[in-house]
Amino acid sequence: MALKSWRELPIGGVILESGSSVDYLTGGWRAERPIIDMDRCTSCMICWIFCPEGGILVEESKVTGIDMDHCKGCGICALECPPKVIKMVQEVTALEGEQGR
Amino acid sequence: MTMTRSKGSVTDRVQGEPIALDGAKAVAQAMRQMNPDVVAAYPITPQTEIVQTFSEYVANGEVDTEFVAVESEHAAMSACIGAAAAGGRVQTATTSAGMAFMWEVLYVASSLRLPIIMAVANRALSAPLNIHCDHSDAMGARDAGWLQVYAEDVQEAYDNAFQALRIAEHPDVMLPVMHCQDGFIISHGVERLELLPDGAVKEFIGTYTPRYSLLDTEHPATFGPVDLQDHYFEHKRQQVDGMEKALAVVEEIGQEYGDLTGRYYGHLSPYRLEDAEIAIVVMGSTAGTTKIAVDKMRERGIKAGLLKLRTFRPFPADAVAEALAGVSAVAVLDRAIAFGSQGNPIFLDVCTSLYASGARPDVVNYVYGLGGRDTTASQITTVYADLLNIAETGQRGPLVRYLGLRE
Amino acid sequence: MAINLRQMCNERDQLAPGHRLCPGCAEPVVVRQILHAIEDPVVVANATGCLEVSTSIFPYTSWRVPWIHSAFENASTTAAGAESMYRSLVRQGKMADNGTKFLAFGGDGATYDIGFQFLSGVWERGHKVLYVCLNNEAYMNTGIQRSSATPLGAWTTTSPVGRVRPGKRENRKNMTAIAVAHEIPYVAQASPHLWRDLMNKVQRALAADGPSFINVLAPCPRGWRSEPGESISISKLAADTCVWPLYEVIDGVWKLNYKPRNKRPVTDWMKSQGRFSHLLKPENEELVTQIQERVDKEWEALVTKCEAN
Ligand SMILES: Cc1ncc(C[n+]2csc(CCOP(=O)(O)OP(=O)(O)O)c2C)c(N)n1
Repeated sequence: MALKSWRELPIGGVILESGSSVDYLTGGWRAERPIIDMDRCTSCMICWIFCPEGGILVEESKVTGIDMDHCKGCGICALECPPKVIKMVQEVTALEGEQGR
Repeated sequence: MTMTRSKGSVTDRVQGEPIALDGAKAVAQAMRQMNPDVVAAYPITPQTEIVQTFSEYVANGEVDTEFVAVESEHAAMSACIGAAAAGGRVQTATTSAGMAFMWEVLYVASSLRLPIIMAVANRALSAPLNIHCDHSDAMGARDAGWLQVYAEDVQEAYDNAFQALRIAEHPDVMLPVMHCQDGFIISHGVERLELLPDGAVKEFIGTYTPRYSLLDTEHPATFGPVDLQDHYFEHKRQQVDGMEKALAVVEEIGQEYGDLTGRYYGHLSPYRLEDAEIAIVVMGSTAGTTKIAVDKMRERGIKAGLLKLRTFRPFPADAVAEALAGVSAVAVLDRAIAFGSQGNPIFLDVCTSLYASGARPDVVNYVYGLGGRDTTASQITTVYADLLNIAETGQRGPLVRYLGLRE
Repeated sequence: MAINLRQMCNERDQLAPGHRLCPGCAEPVVVRQILHAIEDPVVVANATGCLEVSTSIFPYTSWRVPWIHSAFENASTTAAGAESMYRSLVRQGKMADNGTKFLAFGGDGATYDIGFQFLSGVWERGHKVLYVCLNNEAYMNTGIQRSSATPLGAWTTTSPVGRVRPGKRENRKNMTAIAVAHEIPYVAQASPHLWRDLMNKVQRALAADGPSFINVLAPCPRGWRSEPGESISISKLAADTCVWPLYEVIDGVWKLNYKPRNKRPVTDWMKSQGRFSHLLKPENEELVTQIQERVDKEWEALVTKCEAN
């Protein structure tokens, strides 16, 4: 993306596109990734309320997955999950697994 | 007082109300007439009277303003920034230590492009503590991105207040403006002036529509983000653009104000300068004193002139160079010291302007009036005598001199 | 509005992902919880600090609500300025009263130290602003320097553990009590692990007729030398050891919100964080006893105050 000239930018450094950081992907920071056992997930939303990234994907009050574009792999969800159905796996292992599929 | 270059018809003009007021009260009156949405201010001599008088207007319901009597000047400017980002008209007032305390956030105000108006009653900076006039406070904020406009007398202080608002809010500018008057000399000097009718002020200032506002919760904007190597420079360049465009806007608004009141304003007011061989450049109340000295010199057949500077930021470089083009020796009077520099703030800008234009009169710099030291017409005639000597002998002598100092 | 997770989770976060706070930082957890608790339009002022620098790197912003950063010390006053403008415009009929709320976020450095006077002024003048201190007990943005919120004995880069000094030598300031002393209508201490309690507090704070203050513990894995995944469990430990009691003071009436069934020793809290590791050595036993005694004394005083009501 070409950076804008001073004539093109709004003055005062204001950012008009709210929430634009979604385009900034922090998933690459991850060393470990959370894997949810969807069969056993009760959608209690404890992971959702504790996720620093707002990265727990939800549809109609049901957990549907994790936003891997932004998940930094902190592991809070895995530790706090009441039924203990989220586990952290090494990112490299997870990636190898994906490639093997 | 000011230049007369009438364009509008005299019958369009409003009838002013003659009254005797000091500069602080006059500016408070102007603030009442502008009826800002928010005023946040903190008292400090000699600005206190502005805040006190305005508080009375608030207490008597004469303004709609939300007056925030903050606990410091830093808080005053901080509240002004929050209020201005929330999209309404905002004003404050300060001087000296108060302005120094604001320093960090003066930059925030200008960089967020918030058209905040600040009345300043210029005063010396500590230490030692001194409550009297010089320009060290505003000169310290010289590069903070604010426009600076100076008054010679009470009428100008009053008139500048309205023009400051129009200039600041002009879409080409969108920068904060400080309108300055010499502490005590103007702020506490009672003079006759003409007040505008309230209705005329209302019409002159119109209404203000912000480009973006914090209160526009439907369109949430982020103000004051972190701005790193990729964009910071571009945002600074935009501020330069606003400053540069302000040069024309100051003239335009000064003309419009003149058509309304008969009192026309620009960046400069030359006095007996057309055929002058020697000239003084000065800003603020000392311009009035200098006129007396000019007249005395003229009586003696000496072609002395004065260039009064009204706008210090943006500096009207081309106009200054043009006005001084025909003069052989110039003295620039500074009421502040730029320590360690080869000459002081106004001098530096005048020299740069002349150099860039190719004009090469001899230019010397006088520091005067620090800490409220009285500067008399007879002292100023000695400056003209020095200039005459320089013009005649071609010997410039010391670059920086001190007027009214015990050596 | 009742706090219902299963309902709330269908609403979009007002703090978008893609912010650059460290993995496991509790600050965005607290901010998400707070913003989900607010239904009215809200304007946010943010002090310089980790949250501010990580959520607003041009041209990216994580904020989906109007947001302003001015400086380190003046978030409270910036919010108060916006609130003053709102009141002015509504009173003059220049805009409709849409119930806009004003929120300020500052770290403990911004709150306890450099912004202390500003905050005191905002409280004294009665601005309707909810000020939230994201309390990670040090200046984290500049690299873990001590603040007046840093607890006794903690390691920071300006209270290092050396041959003659065992970390910070001074007790932390009781900022929450200082807020109470301003006699503002709502003051509370909260923690993200008790999310419902925190969210209820936000709603009560915003319903108060005047200034409100919530001091929220926000574990910092980087500065506390703790595991990123443990930020929530550590905040629970703070409540269970009574190092960070959860209480609120509504119009001067003190109320305890959480009383641990088994009050745990401060060493349990210390063991969870590397910043305290030196305290567990034999030579610092006496200091630990001193810390425990202080925690006990403060806890008992708090319980007495709350039970008096
Ligand atoms: C006037 C001023 N002094 C110092 C700084 C440098 N500074 C920026 S953030 C910060 C510390 C922030 O600490 P805290 O308020 O506790 O928030 P945290 O980053 O820990 O969330 C400091 C010292 C500054 N930005 N402005």
